[in-house]
Amino acid sequence: MTSEFVSVVDIVGSIRAGKTTASDVLEQHLARIDKRETEIHAFNHVMAESARANAASIDADLKSGKERGPLAGVPIALKDNMCTRGVPTTCSSKILEGWKPPYDATVVTRLQQAGAVVVGKTNLDEFAMGSSTENSAFGPTRNPLDTSRVPGGSSGGSAAAVAAGFAAASLGSDTGGSIRQPAALCGVVGVKPTYGMVSRQGLVAFASSLDQIGPFTHTVADAALLMEVIGGHDPLDSTSLDQPVPSLTAVLGRGVKGMRIGRLADMPDGCEPEVLARLDAAFAALKAAGATIVDIALPSLSYCLTAYYLVAPAEASSNLARYDGVRYGLRVESADLISMYGATRAAGFGAEVKRRIMLGTYALSAGYYDAYYGKALKVRRLIANDFAAAYQSCDVILTPTSPTVAFPIGEKTSDPLTMYLCDIFTIPSNLAGHAAMSVPFGTGAHSMPVGVQILAPALGEPTMFRVAAELERAS
Amino acid sequence: MSNASSAPSHATILPNGWEMVIGLEVHVELDTKTKLFSASPNHFGDEPNTNIDPVTLGLPGALPVINRRAVELAIRLGLALNCTVQASTFHRKNYFYQDLAKAYQITQYDQPINIDGFMMLPGDVRIGIERAHLEEDTGKSTHFGGTSGRIHGSDYSLVDFNRAGVPLVEIVSRPDIRNADQARQYVSELRSILLAVGASDAKMEEGSMRCDVNVSVRKAGEPFGTRCEIKNVNSIRAVGKAIDYEARRQVDVLESGGTIRQETRHWDDSEGRTHTLRVKEDADDYRYFLEPDLVLLDPGTEWVETIRASLPMLPAARRARLSQLTGTDKESEAVYVIVERGQDDYVQLVADAGGEPARALVYVQQAFAEEGATPAVSAAHLAALTQMERDAKVTATQAKTILAEMVANGGGDPAAIAAAKGFEALDTSAVEAMVDAAIAQQADAWAKYCAGEEKAMGALVGAIMKASQGKADGKVVTAILQSRRSK
Amino acid sequence: MSPPSDAKTTPKITAQVVAKVAHLARLDLTEAELALMTTQLTGMLDHFGDIDKLDLSAVTPMAQPFPIKNVYREDVVVPGLDRQEVLDNAPAPQDGRFRVPPSNGSES
Repeated sequence: MTSEFVSVVDIVGSIRAGKTTASDVLEQHLARIDKRETEIHAFNHVMAESARANAASIDADLKSGKERGPLAGVPIALKDNMCTRGVPTTCSSKILEGWKPPYDATVVTRLQQAGAVVVGKTNLDEFAMGSSTENSAFGPTRNPLDTSRVPGGSSGGSAAAVAAGFAAASLGSDTGGSIRQPAALCGVVGVKPTYGMVSRQGLVAFASSLDQIGPFTHTVADAALLMEVIGGHDPLDSTSLDQPVPSLTAVLGRGVKGMRIGRLADMPDGCEPEVLARLDAAFAALKAAGATIVDIALPSLSYCLTAYYLVAPAEASSNLARYDGVRYGLRVESADLISMYGATRAAGFGAEVKRRIMLGTYALSAGYYDAYYGKALKVRRLIANDFAAAYQSCDVILTPTSPTVAFPIGEKTSDPLTMYLCDIFTIPSNLAGHAAMSVPFGTGAHSMPVGVQILAPALGEPTMFRVAAELERAS
Repeated sequence: MSNASSAPSHATILPNGWEMVIGLEVHVELDTKTKLFSASPNHFGDEPNTNIDPVTLGLPGALPVINRRAVELAIRLGLALNCTVQASTFHRKNYFYQDLAKAYQITQYDQPINIDGFMMLPGDVRIGIERAHLEEDTGKSTHFGGTSGRIHGSDYSLVDFNRAGVPLVEIVSRPDIRNADQARQYVSELRSILLAVGASDAKMEEGSMRCDVNVSVRKAGEPFGTRCEIKNVNSIRAVGKAIDYEARRQVDVLESGGTIRQETRHWDDSEGRTHTLRVKEDADDYRYFLEPDLVLLDPGTEWVETIRASLPMLPAARRARLSQLTGTDKESEAVYVIVERGQDDYVQLVADAGGEPARALVYVQQAFAEEGATPAVSAAHLAALTQMERDAKVTATQAKTILAEMVANGGGDPAAIAAAKGFEALDTSAVEAMVDAAIAQQADAWAKYCAGEEKAMGALVGAIMKASQGKADGKVVTAILQSRRSK
Repeated sequence: MSPPSDAKTTPKITAQVVAKVAHLARLDLTEAELALMTTQLTGMLDHFGDIDKLDLSAVTPMAQPFPIKNVYREDVVVPGLDRQEVLDNAPAPQDGRFRVPPSNGSES
């Protein structure tokens, strides 16, 4: 944990114990925003006024003995692709600039009910498409640890907000690594829950069968607490799993003794040696804590990138078709409907979004479906089968979260394919729908943080969090 | 619709051995309280954009959750159409249009809920039902400016999303229909079934039942020709007219050496003709893929069988029952009309009360058009009236008068009405005396009648009816005259 | 969706195809954008050709992570959105509805 900041658990404890107030905690965070936000640009929208009112009401309630929930007074930032009633929700796109949703996402409601204080909406790669937060219509977010570098993406604003102490925790969304990769690059904890564990209702869809919301925090315990608040069945999401979130905060101290930790026998090329060194150190730490290291194979791993970059754009091309200038968002007036559509969407979407809409439309279109989308769905099955086989002999798998540490802004913007390669380790769990998280584990090149990724099967969160807690103790 | 199934056939016969091949795609709005995938009201005729929610408007982040009642109604309909109900999935049909909020329609594609059914039409004609699948309705556009509110040449349109997301079942027939009469019978029967199972109010005038008609022509025995799809066919009458027009148009084109383009055509009811709406292009690429926001819909045998057991008797079975009860042809207009009005149970009650079923059928058909399934006249009273007529206590004409009075008063004892009106029917011996008197007075007529001149009977009957002041039963009079002659 | 064929050769993309796809997606692209898009999509699709070497004939497609089934909502009305709040967000509200330019009947 970045030592200068206070964890969610500590904030909650201090407020409950009367040592501080929600308002004081909020002001500390707002002060840091004042100081560094211009430089970092973590937010699209800071909600100082409503946050202050919210914190004051929490303080008043707590003073009068009223229960305000497990996150009472915790300042939290939301990725700007989660609907907040009456508060702009842009997805960092010009096409939604100024749109104020008339409803709240389920996670937003749950956070509010738990007493969290929402401080703002964070920057992202437009519609969550990217790995660096450089694809924002409102300018890039910078890595708080080195502002010449990217924070990762697409939830770069949420990762940076926590890393910079602008919020005690934040929510991001992860379609192919969009929580875990920026968490790794910014040195914070990031969780991609099992598909269906957290409701997608009110999350602006990128790729519906891959998207999951999850937390960014300083500590593993904070992430566990956040998961318990935001997770659980939601009748408004048909793909929501019909079961409660397993208890995570309770299992953190149980250690990893006897656990079998999977290690890729064939590590894909392209990882920085310092990243691999940190991964080795992580294996060593777990072994020292009583776990067994097991070599496993994921033969289809190298094909995941292709499967992902066909499936996700295909779904996105359909999900983003609704931005047509009729009901909300940008419209470029034209003489007829078809021209209005074409002009509006041309003006409203950035280059990467257009590229993926084109790729996805192509992959689904008549004559190409079988060659691309149809095949990609089969490769998706292969990786799921690979995981099923691997989990016969291990409980979790450890990989790097990202092949590299945070790279300089602008380094990968000219070649989309290079950027896509950032996602090689994070994509497979989205394709399979499994749980995964990134835990900071020391630093690599340029003294930038390295994240270790823990992959677990569906609903494997309790085991995954035990491993994460162990790595946190060892780091 | 009462005129559709049984109206006299004027099936267009195409010249030179041409034959029509017709398939129907009928969309019906299900009679649910809420929409297919969200909880805003499914209600016709409200203020624009008042029945809306994030799902209906396709707001970012909104997710569909399917309405159990809509699934149940779709299954009811499927079973009534003799379909197999199966595990099914939803797909996205992607296209841009102003009234399609998400720019994709959630529909069923390669795994629809109901498949392989059929419907029987008069004359034991079997029309195959390919599928009856669930999908969501679109919003509604109103076009302004330009000429006559038409879409072509309008200045702008205003969109109302109240209808968006209303649950639809699309019933797709196989191309088994061979003429306009059959098509009308099919739509009419489908409507009766929809009403019987409670799946839809099936009001074509409100758009809760909409027909698209696929028409092609071929020489008998040859492969199917190129078909055109006709939209905007908003009444059963229009179904017949549009098919006859379109088939003749296609024959004319082919006979003059032309070819038929596959296209969508628009039925203009006022002009009585179809127009090209749009030509099917390669650009029709809907990029169907499995809807990732929904899960498998697998109703399971238990639920399906529970629904099957709860189905009411269907129109065809009810017509057969009524036909048997009354000894009337099951394809007669009376049988169709009574079943469609739902008054067949009432006829059964009249029979149960000792009434004459055949007379009851005629009375109900003629006098109870404005009544519901349970007419105000009690079954016992109607039964009594049929008995009075059977027993010649009143004449047919008098019975009609009494019935009219019963209907006007919302009931009443027919015997009391007959007494009040002085309808004491004459007994047979009194009539016989009048017959003898008439034969004596009209000797000429009687002679002619006896010589085989049937017309001469009219004068005799007239005299007798006059003498009886209308109280003699015409049938009885005729019978006595015939028996006198044959002696 | 036609039956899976597992075509072994992935089709090549041309500027003409890119233009057609752009129209399907209702994206007005400039000539320069079309050219760049053609180059970039070609590069990506070449890379994505890696899955051609897999034998996928016996593999069942996987469109969603888990085989969940039968998630229903009861047929009960829940109050919806306020029309004014919705129309306040619309580019061209008029008479309680959404105004759009003429469509010339491209769909119905």
